Parts: sequence; C-alpha cells; structure tokens
Amino acid sequence: MRIRNVPAKEAGPTDPDGAGKREGKMMRLAVLTDIHANRDALAAVLADVAQRGVDRIAVLGDIVGYGPDPEWCLDRVMVLAGQGALVVKGNHDHAIARPDVAMNPSARTVIDWTRPRLSAAQAAWLAALPLSLMLDDLLLVHASANDPADWIYVSSEHKALPSFRVSDARVILCGHVHVPALISCDLSGQVRAQRIPMGQPVPLIRSRRWLGVVGSVGQPRDGVPQAGWALLDTARNELTYLRVPYDVGAVAARMRAAGLPEGLARRLEQGE
Amino acid sequence: MRTRPRTGLQIDGFTLGEQLHKGGFATIWEVTHPLHRTPMVMKVPTILDGYDGPTIVGFEVEQMIMPRLSGPHVPRVIGTGDFAVMPYIVTERIPGESLLRRFRSPPHSLPEVMDLSARMASAVHELHRQHVIHLDLKPDNFLERPDGTLVLIDYGLSRHDQLPDLLAEEFTIPMGTFPYIAPEQLLHQRDDLRSDIFALGAMIYELATGRMPFGQPEKLKAVRKRLWRDPEPPRALRPEIPPALQEIILRALEVDPARRYQSAAQLLFDLQHPDQVKLTSRARKLTRDGWRRVFRRWRQMRGLRQFAAPPPTTGAQIDHAPIIMVAVDLSPEMEALAGRLRRSAARMLVIEPDARLACVNVIKTARIGIDQTVDEFGTNLHVARLVALKAWAQGLDLDDGRLTFAVLEGPDPGTAILDYARTAQADHILMGARGHSTTRRYLGSVSSQVVAEATCNVTVIRVPPAAAEAAEPAAEHASRAG
Repeated sequence: MRIRNVPAKEAGPTDPDGAGKREGKMMRLAVLTDIHANRDALAAVLADVAQRGVDRIAVLGDIVGYGPDPEWCLDRVMVLAGQGALVVKGNHDHAIARPDVAMNPSARTVIDWTRPRLSAAQAAWLAALPLSLMLDDLLLVHASANDPADWIYVSSEHKALPSFRVSDARVILCGHVHVPALISCDLSGQVRAQRIPMGQPVPLIRSRRWLGVVGSVGQPRDGVPQAGWALLDTARNELTYLRVPYDVGAVAARMRAAGLPEGLARRLEQGE
Repeated sequence: MRTRPRTGLQIDGFTLGEQLHKGGFATIWEVTHPLHRTPMVMKVPTILDGYDGPTIVGFEVEQMIMPRLSGPHVPRVIGTGDFAVMPYIVTERIPGESLLRRFRSPPHSLPEVMDLSARMASAVHELHRQHVIHLDLKPDNFLERPDGTLVLIDYGLSRHDQLPDLLAEEFTIPMGTFPYIAPEQLLHQRDDLRSDIFALGAMIYELATGRMPFGQPEKLKAVRKRLWRDPEPPRALRPEIPPALQEIILRALEVDPARRYQSAAQLLFDLQHPDQVKLTSRARKLTRDGWRRVFRRWRQMRGLRQFAAPPPTTGAQIDHAPIIMVAVDLSPEMEALAGRLRRSAARMLVIEPDARLACVNVIKTARIGIDQTVDEFGTNLHVARLVALKAWAQGLDLDDGRLTFAVLEGPDPGTAILDYARTAQADHILMGARGHSTTRRYLGSVSSQVVAEATCNVTVIRVPPAAAEAAEPAAEHASRAG
C-alpha cells in the first residue's frame, strides 16, 4: 500500500489487466471492529462493504464477546482472513485463552459462555492474532497504540496523545471504545477531536497525523443502534464513517433466548 | 528547513514563474506543468519562523475545502502539496482582477451597483449550495472572469458543513476582515450562512455610497460597535439611491441574523426585482437611530453570548428559506385548478415559513411577426393579468414582501417559466397541469416540459378526472436533482 502523495493521474490501476499488484496498490480498505458475535450486524456490514466495493478488509479485534453468535462470526472472519483480510486481536478475543484477564462481570459471563462453544482451531487462531499491524504509514490496533495489551480506551483528546507519541504512523485506526471519533495531531503537536460528518469522506490532510476510532459493528454505544464501520481510501486519502441498519430486535431476542445478561440485550436495543 | 518559493523552483512537476502577488499570508506564483496546458497559479502560504498557527490552519482548511468545490464560481484545483517540502495549492488562473480596484474607484452608477451586487449574491449562493460558508467575503476575494462571472477565492476562514471545522476551537480572536465581518462572527458563531449575507450587505453599501458602513476599525472593540450602532442610511449619503436599494442593503445588514435575508438567493431575488421590494421603515430612514435606541440596543447586546442558532447545515438553512415559484394559469375554465394551486402553495408556506413565493403568469405571444394586441392593448393586458394574479393570491399572507408577482411574455410558456426559475434561483416550481382532454394537450405539455428540463424540484397539481372539488387534490411530485 502507498499512502505517499499519489497524484490523481496515477491513482488508477497501473497494469492494464487490473489484476495482481493488490499488495502494493491497496486503495480502499474497509475497517470493521468490535463485531462482538453479532451475526446480523456483521452480515449487514459485509453486504454494505460488498456494495461499495473495497480492495481489502481489516478487522480491529473483539470478534467475540457480548453477542449470541460467536461461532458464525469467527468462521466468517477466518474466511475473510484466508482471503487476505488483516485481523488484530481485541481484549475479548484475548480472554478466550486467558480467563485471568480483568473484565466487567457481564463481559466475563458471556466470555465464559463463549469459550466452550469455540473449536480448538478457532481458539488457537484467536490466540495467534497480532496486537497491531503496520502498513506503510497506517497502524491498525484494537485499543490505544501505546502498549496495546493494556487495552486503554482512546476516549478523549488526552487519551489519544500517547498513541501519537509512541507511533510514527501518519494514520492510526483503532476500536475498543464503541463510539466513533476522529482525532488529529497538528504540526505543533496539538491534539484535537474533530467533528465526524457521518457518511461523508473526511480528507486526512497530510499536514496532520490522524487517529480514527472506528465505531462498533456489533455493539454501538453512541446512541445509534446501527452497525458502524469505516472506509479508508488511501488513493484519495479520505476516511468515511458509515452506519448500517440491521434487525436489532432479532439479535436481542436471541441473546435473551440464550440466557445472556439482560443488560447487554437492552444495550444493543438502545445503542448505548 | 522547508523550501521557500522562488522563480525557477521545480516541485512535483510544477515550475514556478514570476511572482504575481505578495499578500500578508501568502504569495501567488505563475506556474507551468508539462501535463497541464491551462494557465495556472500557485498559492504558497508564508509561514513565519517557528509555529505560525493561524496561517497553517487556514491553509489546511483551504486544502480540505477547495478540492470539494466545482462550478464557474470557484477556481479549479489542479494540485496540492503538504508541509513536508513546501505547502501549496495550484489552481487555474482566473484571467481578470479582483473587485478591489472597482470598489476603490467610486462613484458607481446605480445600474452597475445592482448588476455587480446581483452577480456577487449569485456566486455566494452557489457556494452555499456546495455546503460552504465563506466567512471572509470582501472585494479582494472576488475575481472577475472576462464574461463577468465572479469567482470566489481564499477559503482560509471558510466552513464546510460536511468536513471537520479545524478553526472551530483553534483561536480565541474572531477571524474575518473588520469592515465586513458579521456580528455573530464576533460572538464566535461560524455556522451561519447569513454571516455572508451581512458581508454582502456591507459590500453593496460600499458600492452604492463609496463608503464602508462601519468604516475601517482597527481594534476589536471598535468592530463590536456594529452590534448596536447602525450605519448612516445610504440615502443620506447619496440621495438618488432608490428606497428599494436602501431597503435591500439595510435588511442584509441587520444585526440579528434572523432579521436579514435568509439566503443569498432571496437577496438576489430582490436585487433582480427592485420594483417588488416591500418598503419598510428601513427604506425611509434618512438619519441614524437616536441615542435612546442605540443605548437600548447597547444594553441588550452587551451581554449577548449568541444569536439563535440556525438550522444545523448550510443545506438545511437553504431548504429552510426556499424560493417557491408558482406558475398560475388564469384562464376562466381553469378556476378549479388555480384554486388547488393556491391551497398547495398555502400548505407549503405552513411547512416552510421562511419561504418566498414568486407568482408568475405567462402571456403567450406569437412566435413569428408582431403581436397584434401588444402595441395597442399590450400594456393593458399585462396590467390586467397582474391584477388577476394578485387576486388569485388573496389569502396567501406573507410579510416582508416575500410574495411577488410577475407577468412573463413569450411564444413558449414552458421556456419562459424555466428561464424565470433559473434566473431567480428557484428551489421549487409549483404548477398545474390541465386535464387529459386532447384539445388541451398542447398546454399539458408545458408542465411536462418544465418537469423534464427544470434543475429544481417541480410539483404538478391536477384536478382529478371526476373534477370533484370536494376530493383531495392529486399532487404529482416530480423531482430532479440539481
């Protein structure tokens, strides 16, 4: 992937067949995070991704936890990974192999419910995921980039500062917070949260470094009960935050049928 | 250290020619590029040593906004460069100069004032339609193409409602150009397109009178005076200014944005139809307000933190104050249709209370030769239609002269309606379609022509075949993207 100054004239595929060179010329990257075993939300997002057309998919962790469909979601992401998707590990993924990790009680309940449902191969695949991935000047990570294994929430300008300090990536994309955010770091090192125009591409101007907290696919907490994802266009140098509606009621009903904590079903319905 | 611009410098394929302009915050260079034949200029911000926040952020804002803009009223962007080597924006070169020289050489004839003002308002409305509020309108920022089209430049203080606003919390001092800055900008409000209306008002005032309405204050404290102190009425400075023009200027310069024109299109409409401007006390005043009123306003404004917020986006602000054009057929057999049309118009006004309604009627003239009736009765026919049109509108209550009437003439009613809609920047055309009877077919085609060719929304009203007046009117909605 190239993010360095690609003039518009060169932005198109260089080989006439249009095949191959995918690795070096990634243009449109779909960024999904915090799927949390929500099958309907993941399916809706993947349909949206297919419709918009992307060159590659990245999953920023927390495939499992909270939701009722961990097997299906994990299978789906493993297939995507087989097709070239980039996947990093989230704290819920980590907790499958490490029951000692600190978690809130309802998260713990669902992880304990999830663990026996996964095959040994699925669990091993989760355990082997990297904590972060770097592609040219793009860093993908589940939580804060400084010490990713500490799972720090990037929930404010102040909390974003260390990520800009430890990484020299021009664009950092993470999840974990479940509330979309866009934070810039200007030439003087000033860190500022920027308003997100939902559904509209934001130019990631090169005089700044950018940290995008991508909204959750499977458990949004910003008051909008719709699946979230983001589209990074490296040729146009734009990031678009997107929302997709799905049948929230059906998923909440499955959570209740499975005996998962009532608070989590309600949270899904309200998106909070 | 970063590269400084100089003649002969090569960067990303561009070669710098001579320096065309040196301003406080940037230099402008003529540039060439082997792949681009069109004449181009490069704008390079002048970054002071150390961290020069305002200049850098202003340049970042331009880099974000300018590539999003299109059309004849903005310069086309050809390339941009970031701070790694040398920051720049390359755009097409507009062959013409800014309005500054024109503004500095008064007096201007009144037709010239009206014409130039209308062209300025038209360019600004087009920018607003593209989600951008300029927030630094002044004569230097309008360039004039050879065909008279005005081009808006310098977007360093602008706001795009679909992009992050990098300037929002960055600086504590209000930014803008003091002679033209709107009162709400002094209160740090950056989301109101009516700020541009105020600046336009200040510019039209200057064009008409040769003087700036608030002088050229140098200190912020003096700039703030415009929150309570009214400018000298234009007619006191130049008595031949018609009351309608003073009405237009002083309305655009209202301190409270809610009392100004609600869109540049509405300002443009009045500039195009000065005879239809409803005159209020603004048009009549010949002296500045007395000290009692000024003192009262000072007491009100002193503690004011914000004016009432406008709708959240520029698009919503325009939608909130649309220009609705109603094409009325006044022939006697069409009374039922005209009645339905009036009720539909009234309903639209309930939904959009800031709308303005332009009622038109078309007199069909002969395509070839001289119309027999025109010479002898032409004027009378025109007046008669106008009277009938006003009678039709009885019951449509709109204050502030937001109800206007026009009788158009042309061999082709559809084209006459479309031309009027385009010139008036109408957002919506409301018209009737005659029934399906074959004898009326040629008139029915007027509505289909308008639906097919209009660039705005069109709603066609029909009388149902049963012609039962009691039934709900069947409205056929047809929309075309602009």
